[in-house]
Amino acid sequence: MSAADLAEAARRPFTGRRVRFGDLLLQLVAGAAALATTVLVGLIVWKVIDGAHLSISKFGLGFVTRIAWNPVPGHELYGAASFLFGTAVTSFSALLLATPLAIGIALFLTELAPRSLQAPVTALVETLAAIPSVVVGLWGILVLGPTLRDHVEPALHGALGFIPLFGPKGAGASVFTAIVVLTIMILPIVASISRELFLSVPRELKEGALALGTTRWEMVRGVMFPYARGGIAAALILGFGRAIGEAIAVTQVIGGGVWIHWNLFDTGDTLGAKIAASYQGASTNLQASSLIYLGLILLAFSLVVNLAAQWVVRRAARKQGATRGGRG
Amino acid sequence: MSSAGFELGGNRLARRRRVNFGMEALAWVAAALAVSVLVVMVYAVARRGWSQLNLDLITKQPIPFSFTNAPQGLSNAFAGTIVLVAIATLMALPVGILVAVYLNEFAPPTIRSAVTLVLDILNGVPAIVIGIFVYGLVVLGHGQSGFAGSFALACLMLPLVARATMEVLALVPNSLREAALGLGVARWRTTVSIVLPQTIGGVLTGTVLAVARVAGETAPLLFTSSLVGNRPSWNPGHALQSIPVAIFELSESSDPKDHARAWAAAFVLLLFIMLASLGARWLALRSRRKLTAG
Repeated sequence: MSAADLAEAARRPFTGRRVRFGDLLLQLVAGAAALATTVLVGLIVWKVIDGAHLSISKFGLGFVTRIAWNPVPGHELYGAASFLFGTAVTSFSALLLATPLAIGIALFLTELAPRSLQAPVTALVETLAAIPSVVVGLWGILVLGPTLRDHVEPALHGALGFIPLFGPKGAGASVFTAIVVLTIMILPIVASISRELFLSVPRELKEGALALGTTRWEMVRGVMFPYARGGIAAALILGFGRAIGEAIAVTQVIGGGVWIHWNLFDTGDTLGAKIAASYQGASTNLQASSLIYLGLILLAFSLVVNLAAQWVVRRAARKQGATRGGRG
Repeated sequence: MSSAGFELGGNRLARRRRVNFGMEALAWVAAALAVSVLVVMVYAVARRGWSQLNLDLITKQPIPFSFTNAPQGLSNAFAGTIVLVAIATLMALPVGILVAVYLNEFAPPTIRSAVTLVLDILNGVPAIVIGIFVYGLVVLGHGQSGFAGSFALACLMLPLVARATMEVLALVPNSLREAALGLGVARWRTTVSIVLPQTIGGVLTGTVLAVARVAGETAPLLFTSSLVGNRPSWNPGHALQSIPVAIFELSESSDPKDHARAWAAAFVLLLFIMLASLGARWLALRSRRKLTAG
């Protein structure tokens, strides 16, 4: 044994952690799975851009602001503006309706409900989240749509008809039905996240406020809302993302149409609904590519929404950690 | 906090109590509304579905454009959904578990948080976009097939399974790992035969929930496995019909007979999903009790 080898052996630690083949293998295989997942997301982005390429090179960014969907060969012209408008109207309205309801449900479940109601109502709200969108859509097209058309829409038009939103009633399929369906779909998501956030509010804080003589609502407003604000914002962003991306239930109830109007009781279309409605085949390559372009816009929205939610959660966590550290 | 400056005094106290009462009433109303929407929807599906439910639904195949009253079913959709979901589970389950094992047992913190973010992003990609992606990746070159549909469903399952596995892996006490390593057990053996067996209950729960979720997914299958025959088929080399796609198509039909079958299929699907969620809930309770008791 040479001097160099001896020196080498002396430097090696006593525990002698030799690299085991099994360790290496498991780490490699598991690491490969994680890498594959990351590659998958990259592949999704690349394939969608690739599929939209023809339409992007033909229409460029003008696609986003144009109201058109004309698949007649020779006169083909496509644009996303009306679908973007429909997506914005339906998602924002659903969020507007779902937010107070979801927070109300979460407060009910954490603060008001008698013990015997807590578990069953929580389970029911979570069951609502598990109902597939095609079933919600089936109910929407055959039951909810006709009911809204015959009873709710005439009443709203009669009472509030001077507002252009509540115009004369349409054919049963309407933007309004889509808004109600989306509200039902995002409600349980926001409600169950909010419930968990409210449950995480420290009991000392709540009891401290009540001991100072606040009413229950004042305690909720002064202690629970500030504590859970970041998380609720993230839950709302996620619910919003879900509403933007929902395709099936919306395409079943919204009716379609390439136009921009403010009458909620008339038909409309969204990005996802337009794609889903065209599944039986596009007549030309340009039309198929333009549909994928709509998907690309949808994908971009979902990325932005997800990253925004992450950012909000992390910022809220950092803030909370900081105040807690400062007090401790 | 200034926005919540609470006033004192007799009249104000009465007003504060009224506001409190109003807000509590609103919360009750919100909860009642959510529960009643669920009850109304499930009742609508159950009432219409139950009356249409018979064995023909599972054993007979559909006959499009039929003007006779010959009994029809959706046997192709039931067979297809079983094949599609089974293959999707086979694809997503091992990868999802491995990803979770890597992130929880091996990955350095930066990679861990980066890949977790990737999982969240994948979870947030709209199902219809996944459908378009698989359309561009597989269908454009090779045509629609059960495999393409399964792959699309697997993309949706993967983040769900990985997330669920990570959550239970985090519950496994570190003392268990340290004890095994201290006895000289190799790290991979510790992971495979000490840590992972502890998580079976949780992984099963996550898988059942993921299966329940993708069994009802329509959007990823529209572009990947929807141009189908009426004969039931178990061959994933061809496009397979599925229950959600069948409901979707029947719901847009104008024939009330088609609606009847759509309700019946929706009822079966809903029943399956609810039973699966209940089963998952029970499994979760059981396995959590086991993990925290030990």
